[in-house]
Amino acid sequence: MKVKVLCRNPDDYVRETTRDIQRVPRNYDPTLHPFEVPREYTRALNATKLERVFAKPFVASLDGHRDGVNCIAKHSKSLSTVLSGACDGEVKLWNLSKRECLRSVQAHEGFVRGICSRFCGSSFFTVGDDKTIKQWKMGPPGYGLKEEPLNTILGKAVFTGIDHHQSEGTFATCGQTVDIWDELRSSPIRSFSWGVDSFSCVRYNPVETELLASCASDRSIILYDMRESTPLKKVIMKLKSNTLCWNPMEAYYFTCSSEDYNLYTYDMRCLDSPVRVHMDHVSAVLDVDYSPTGKEFVSASFDKTIRIFPKDGGHSREVYHTKRMQHVICVKWSADNKYILSGSDEMNIRLWKANASEKLGVLTAREKAALHYNQKLRDKFQHHPQVRRIARHRHLPRGIFRQKRELKEIKEAQTRKEQNVRKHSKPGSVPLVTEREKHVVTVVE
Amino acid sequence: APKRYWEETQNATKKVEAEKSSDESKQENTDKEKKTDPFPGDAPIPEERMKKFQRGNKLEVPAGTRLKLRETLTRSEAGSDLAQNQSARYDLLLTEDALEGEEDEDTCTISQEDIAEAVDITSGSKHLLLGGRRGHVTCIEWQTKNLMCEINVMETVQDIWLHSEAMFAVAQKKWLHIYDSSGVELHCIKKFNDVLRMQFLPYHFLLATASATGFLQYLDVSVGKEVAAIPTRCGRLDVMAQNPYNAVIHLGHPNGTVTLWSPNQKEPLVKMLCHRGGVRSLTVDKTGYMVTSGLDRKLKVYDIRAFKPLHSFFLPAGASCLSLSQRGLLSAATGDIVQMYRDACGGAPVTKPYMAHRVRGTVWGVGFCPFEDVLGVGHAEGFTSMIVPSGEPNFDALDMNPYRSTKQRQEWEVKALLEKVQPELISLDPGMLGKVDNATFEQKHKERVEAVGYDPLAHKKFKPRMRKRGRSSAGSVEKRKNKVAHEELK
Repeated sequence: MKVKVLCRNPDDYVRETTRDIQRVPRNYDPTLHPFEVPREYTRALNATKLERVFAKPFVASLDGHRDGVNCIAKHSKSLSTVLSGACDGEVKLWNLSKRECLRSVQAHEGFVRGICSRFCGSSFFTVGDDKTIKQWKMGPPGYGLKEEPLNTILGKAVFTGIDHHQSEGTFATCGQTVDIWDELRSSPIRSFSWGVDSFSCVRYNPVETELLASCASDRSIILYDMRESTPLKKVIMKLKSNTLCWNPMEAYYFTCSSEDYNLYTYDMRCLDSPVRVHMDHVSAVLDVDYSPTGKEFVSASFDKTIRIFPKDGGHSREVYHTKRMQHVICVKWSADNKYILSGSDEMNIRLWKANASEKLGVLTAREKAALHYNQKLRDKFQHHPQVRRIARHRHLPRGIFRQKRELKEIKEAQTRKEQNVRKHSKPGSVPLVTEREKHVVTVVE
Repeated sequence: APKRYWEETQNATKKVEAEKSSDESKQENTDKEKKTDPFPGDAPIPEERMKKFQRGNKLEVPAGTRLKLRETLTRSEAGSDLAQNQSARYDLLLTEDALEGEEDEDTCTISQEDIAEAVDITSGSKHLLLGGRRGHVTCIEWQTKNLMCEINVMETVQDIWLHSEAMFAVAQKKWLHIYDSSGVELHCIKKFNDVLRMQFLPYHFLLATASATGFLQYLDVSVGKEVAAIPTRCGRLDVMAQNPYNAVIHLGHPNGTVTLWSPNQKEPLVKMLCHRGGVRSLTVDKTGYMVTSGLDRKLKVYDIRAFKPLHSFFLPAGASCLSLSQRGLLSAATGDIVQMYRDACGGAPVTKPYMAHRVRGTVWGVGFCPFEDVLGVGHAEGFTSMIVPSGEPNFDALDMNPYRSTKQRQEWEVKALLEKVQPELISLDPGMLGKVDNATFEQKHKERVEAVGYDPLAHKKFKPRMRKRGRSSAGSVEKRKNKVAHEELK
């Protein structure tokens, strides 16, 4: 007779000493894991709830400016250093890890309009209302020496923005014209104007480094090639755009923030209509900056909020606001893709997490695995109504909430009216215009 | 004597000439000397094992799908393929072997004494709960025979473990009581009266009770709330089983029907006629087979997924208690004999039992010990445990670990409570939640009408106006309206 039955040695299943870790034999047989989908769904629901529970995006506030913060620049080499310029002409250097001001410089009389750091990180440039461009050393002055700019250029008109080339000693300013400067010369090497009286922003393309884009006050966005003497082309929109930012990964896309509460992502190669219209703000959008991964961007608005949009999403995935934050004037996404900096009217620079529920600090391997698992579960069940409802909910200040509702009503009314007009007109005389086409007036080559 | 290397080099010059002639044969030799892997790549996985881990059908991306969606679909498909491959490959590493009986021997003639002499059992602790006809409730660790508690409630009882070995529920003559493992009464639930049978749904933390008054009640043991009370209107409910695949409760009735219940519906999900006489006992397998025995002395196997009868056997004495093991071994008690059938579900019809054993009194209940080769038999003279090769050899410690420590149990309890499945999710198909909701337009419209209270798309019914004079007769007005009707619909 031969009998074969189970005979387990308990020593194979329990740990040898109390200092050892527990043994966990696995068997992935689906019949041993019943209710796979309902259990995963429950886990996904819990993960979504926990994500909202832990969504505490505000990290720190850097105070010290004596007037509204007008511009922020990232240091091109150091992650923890940030430069900011205020409306009283003061420029401050901040250390983000210590959350303290390293140095302050009274750079200009009147507003500091633009600030940018040199690609090597050794110096930075500022432009101000006093019609000057100043170059400053990044390090503090020697003992007993006064804060003096390395170089000062006196221009003919007020400058409103500045951006430095990625790898060469040239920079671009905008004001009444877009000027290209050599660092070693006191007059611009090239000057562009296209029947426009003033510009609000100029930005170098991060990949095609000789290309530039600028926002002009005649509601147009103009593209330039630095090597040519005339601008390339421009697109005229219904309302003026304030700033623009190139996508650092797909550098043929740029996003501009507009006065009509929207943001528009354009493909440089085809300006006839924007690739995507990003809506959600309830007031003029003042600034925009891309994440270094190029997948998302952040926008600052006059409605006292900042919003994070996916690059190909029409609506924001996140909105940040606090009671004390006033009109947000400038915003930057940090180079490590983890933080967002916002400068606002009430003299503070705020540091936010880019991912609201992220845990800061070093994570253990188990924590990381759990986070990834939860993320995957949330993705898997994101379209279930319960999960979506929790994931989408954001608290908004009452004013913004009401304004949002009002805007929605206005828009509905407009669509309704348009439909009625179309219905009672000759067929084809009132064409259907998509949201993307609506905001572009014309493209000029 | 072996040659030294210099001897060979000296000869080498001489050899060159000789080798030139046999150049081709030399090349072949060098090829043979090169080591090649005779089994390149990963070891192939048997088709059958791959099938075991397959979830759903393979998706073929339809032609004309947009690039973005196509990429997402192919990526997710690759991910599930990888998961299937890896778990099938991991299956090779499972050490505990499945059971095997004897060869060329009439297995049902071997006595338990012989088996007990032949094998040696040492195993992790497991807890056993016994309820006597006269109200004797005992819980013991059955391997060490340590008594954990012993109480006598002096009434007829039915008892069952709750989610862990720390608590058990006892249905006494009048009410439902909950005791802890040391025998202290924790709760007396007077809402649950005259309970005859109980089932615990471990992933839902639900205690389902069937009472003499025909009520099927669900108690959520994690919060202590009654989830549902269903008047089945089927008389005394003393045959009950749960389907471990979808947590549906099966009830057997004296008129030969079996009804399937979920807490979300006041009506049975399914009602099937199984026997000519009353249903005596039933049990459900985790893979979707139901075995019933009735007063017509028949034992029937049903496929619950398709609601089809598979086999029917005639047992001369009829089976009073049925139980299915994790590996699909069926035990049936007829009078004082416990019979075991192998491959009763699925395979070819079984003609004779795999094993049999006569106990000292009439059998009242049988139950397999999970993850062990042991069958517990409660009978008129006491309790007997039998060795039957039936248990799942490889357990998953993250799901159910018989060797877990106190700390592990506590952690498991917290996790299990966090992912408690809501009773609303109990349905015949537990994977329903993961499927795409392909509700038809009519279905959606019907739901919308129900939610809104009226039909928003309905057009006013045409009512001809009774006009006695004028050219605009009802017919011509209707014609004019029909001309623009399609524009209205837009």
